[in-house]
Amino acid sequence: MIRLFAAALALGAATPAAAQTVAITGGRLITMGPAGEIERGTVVITRGRIVAVGADVMVPAGAKIVDATGKIVTPGLVAAGTALGLIEVRAVETTDDRATDANEVSAAFDAGYGLNPDSLLIPVARLGGITRAIATPAYKDKGGRELLFAGQAAAVALDGRPMLMKRGVAMILDMGDAGAERAGGARAAELVALRALFAEVRDYKARRAAYDRGETRDYMLSRVDMEALIPIVEGRMPLLVTVNRAADIRDALALAREEGLRLILESASEGWRVADEIAAAGVPVLLTPVENTPASFEMLGATLSNAARLAAAGVVFAIEGNGNHREREVRYNAGNAVANGLDWKSGLAAITINPAHIFGLADRIGSLEPGKEGDVVIWDGDPLDTLSRPTAVFIRGAAQPMTSRATELRDRYLPAILPSANGETP
Amino acid sequence: MASTMKYLGGACIVLISMATVGISLAAHGAPDDPFPSTYHPAASAPLAIVGATVLTGTGTEIADATVLIADGKIEAVGPSLPVPNGYGEVDGRGKWLTPGIIDAHSHLGVYPSPATPSHEDGNEAVSPNTSEVWAEHSVWPQDPKFRLARAGGVTSLMILPGSANLFGGRSVTLKNVPSVTTQGMKFPGAPYGLKIACGENPKRVYGGKGRSPATRMGNVAGYRRAWIDAADYVRRWDKWEAGGKAGDPPKRDLQLETLAGVLRGEILVQNHCYRADEMAVMVDVAREFGFKIRTFHHANEAFKIAPLLAQEDICVATWANSWGAKMESLDGIEENAPMVDAAGGCAIIHSDDGLLIQRLNQEAGIAMTAANHTGLSVSRGEAIKWITANPAKAMGIADRVGTLEPGKMADVVLWSANPFSVYALAERVWVDGVVQWDRSDPRYQRPSDFVLGQPGQGFAR
Repeated sequence: MIRLFAAALALGAATPAAAQTVAITGGRLITMGPAGEIERGTVVITRGRIVAVGADVMVPAGAKIVDATGKIVTPGLVAAGTALGLIEVRAVETTDDRATDANEVSAAFDAGYGLNPDSLLIPVARLGGITRAIATPAYKDKGGRELLFAGQAAAVALDGRPMLMKRGVAMILDMGDAGAERAGGARAAELVALRALFAEVRDYKARRAAYDRGETRDYMLSRVDMEALIPIVEGRMPLLVTVNRAADIRDALALAREEGLRLILESASEGWRVADEIAAAGVPVLLTPVENTPASFEMLGATLSNAARLAAAGVVFAIEGNGNHREREVRYNAGNAVANGLDWKSGLAAITINPAHIFGLADRIGSLEPGKEGDVVIWDGDPLDTLSRPTAVFIRGAAQPMTSRATELRDRYLPAILPSANGETP
Repeated sequence: MASTMKYLGGACIVLISMATVGISLAAHGAPDDPFPSTYHPAASAPLAIVGATVLTGTGTEIADATVLIADGKIEAVGPSLPVPNGYGEVDGRGKWLTPGIIDAHSHLGVYPSPATPSHEDGNEAVSPNTSEVWAEHSVWPQDPKFRLARAGGVTSLMILPGSANLFGGRSVTLKNVPSVTTQGMKFPGAPYGLKIACGENPKRVYGGKGRSPATRMGNVAGYRRAWIDAADYVRRWDKWEAGGKAGDPPKRDLQLETLAGVLRGEILVQNHCYRADEMAVMVDVAREFGFKIRTFHHANEAFKIAPLLAQEDICVATWANSWGAKMESLDGIEENAPMVDAAGGCAIIHSDDGLLIQRLNQEAGIAMTAANHTGLSVSRGEAIKWITANPAKAMGIADRVGTLEPGKMADVVLWSANPFSVYALAERVWVDGVVQWDRSDPRYQRPSDFVLGQPGQGFAR
């Protein structure tokens, strides 16, 4: 592996990595695309894009060959619901760009601005096989702020280059306990407020010129917030609703139906209780399948079998990691869903092609298919298991360094413990 | 830890009875055990678990082993032992067997589910020194997470008060059995711990209130002031007792009684401390006042001073994956526990969390995998100690649990697969030889009183 990394560095120094042709050969390809599984296959990436995937692919002359014999090759993992690029240390406020107190910027808050590709968290996530993420705004709960929306999420790439892949991939909204609190303390108050806001956005949209002339009544939201919500009321941008209780999920589905919204459910601890209704509505879900405690009165039915039950009902879902510094656990979360009844392929889909579909990125990432961007991970074993690790990670065709600040710390202190250690990975 | 394991062949079965070590606080005016354990294991028939791959917790992995359990104790462990007449038999072929998982850092019961403010009983955050509080007086035995932890193979756990204070109070060690009362879960004779917290939490909580400690130097001044008072308290009691208990005894002081218990070596110091430099300072504080630190908890930077910690015989209870939420945890690495281990220290993977406690086996697996990738060569037999034998040592109960050795309490987990794998499920869990969890038997999946009659009560979660 050291040799591979050194070679990648050397190539990177000679020519832009994206311009290189890379052929990953001999591995067991789990493409998550139409090619399915290929026992011994080759992936060819040129100028950052996958150009060939298959068992009988010719390796182009001059290609950098990466031998993956005996290893598993998958698409790069896509971590939904992260704050990668937006946060360094939660307790250090200046490093936390997830949220604002500004009263004029709620729905308009855009996680696509202010991203930091040098974040310490990114190499750590990447060593877990994560190549793309959804950078998601948060609420700043300091009290006194009653705006309902946290803002818009952005899709990002984790290769240290400018991160932004696509802005405005979803609008973030809390319902249930947290949403009720923001709306004055009751669920019904939030549902009324949301309907009123959406009506105002439609009114504003129809009367923009009058608004500019000051000839409309006062609206509850600022101009930028109303502009940001137009794609929501038009059903062009999904509304990502964090919700848990079965009854709250039904309320969210009804709201979306009546208002013509595109919906993504997030958390959905009791999703299994209304799985058929979620499936019938064609609404996707983001979930953390290890969250099984009745941590609140809206999560009494939380269970490790949620993912398996949603799958059985035909719901499309993505599996999330455990937050910011712990996003690398996304693959273990998928593994735990598998240990609790989900089939393995669906577990891998939930951290690759499914999040790509849910956030409108499936034309670019999520599977090993010609035409997609070259995000590939080579694993020394089952990618969902605690016993395996990536041996190489490619993003947009470029081999990523298999180091992080954490591995540098390890290698600095290892010689004091093992005098024979030379700081290199064997 | 010295291994007393004996691999027994033939029909030769030796039952080693180990004296239960009780603690006495009868000296210095404190009553002996005012909240005594009422836990008594049910009678159980002798049992043989046959054919599993066994990780003994002493460093050994035995394929196709037989484990004999009688009178709630481990009787013998070895490859292909004959099963004596009258023993029930469990087929362990294709499965794995380990000692019960032990969590050295839990807040179950004191931060239960549901997490309502009326339930949050883990931090007496009103004074930097609340050595007088005892976690067992906050534990809600109906916390549904006890059962979830049991389904993750956890048979013993230490409940600590939280980390807002320099001195947070006494810990309590529990057997993870269903009970209506906390006394019914108390690990008989387990020593108490004293929770001490370094670093950001106390200085944030009290600095935020405009009082000391507001800095790390304020933290250390607070520790030293308290130990000076405690040493004086011990002297006053010693003097009274040496004088034939003549005249009125000194007045009991609950706060100083706990600290005095540490100075007398009866209460184990469980120290929340992240940074290497702070841990080194705490070692000096302990030396100044003549007590021992049993364990540094969280200890993200332990790998930076692993030889020192090994030399001081201080355990390190930490994670593989948690890092970065605070400045003091910024340097957390996956290989922390394995590096402590490699330096000859006592490494522990702990949870500090109601979700992770259900998967300590996986967290240990992540650390083991990272270590082996780094070239540290950690065997499964060694790695299991991080969640069995070593936490038992940290909690002062290693003479009774943590390994599958003759005479120890029969706290045993039968896993569906290699326990370090994400796919391993605890199929059956015995505590003192009594089944307390069975994935295939709904009787052991009884919801806690709180969950009864609520959504989700009807399945294992």
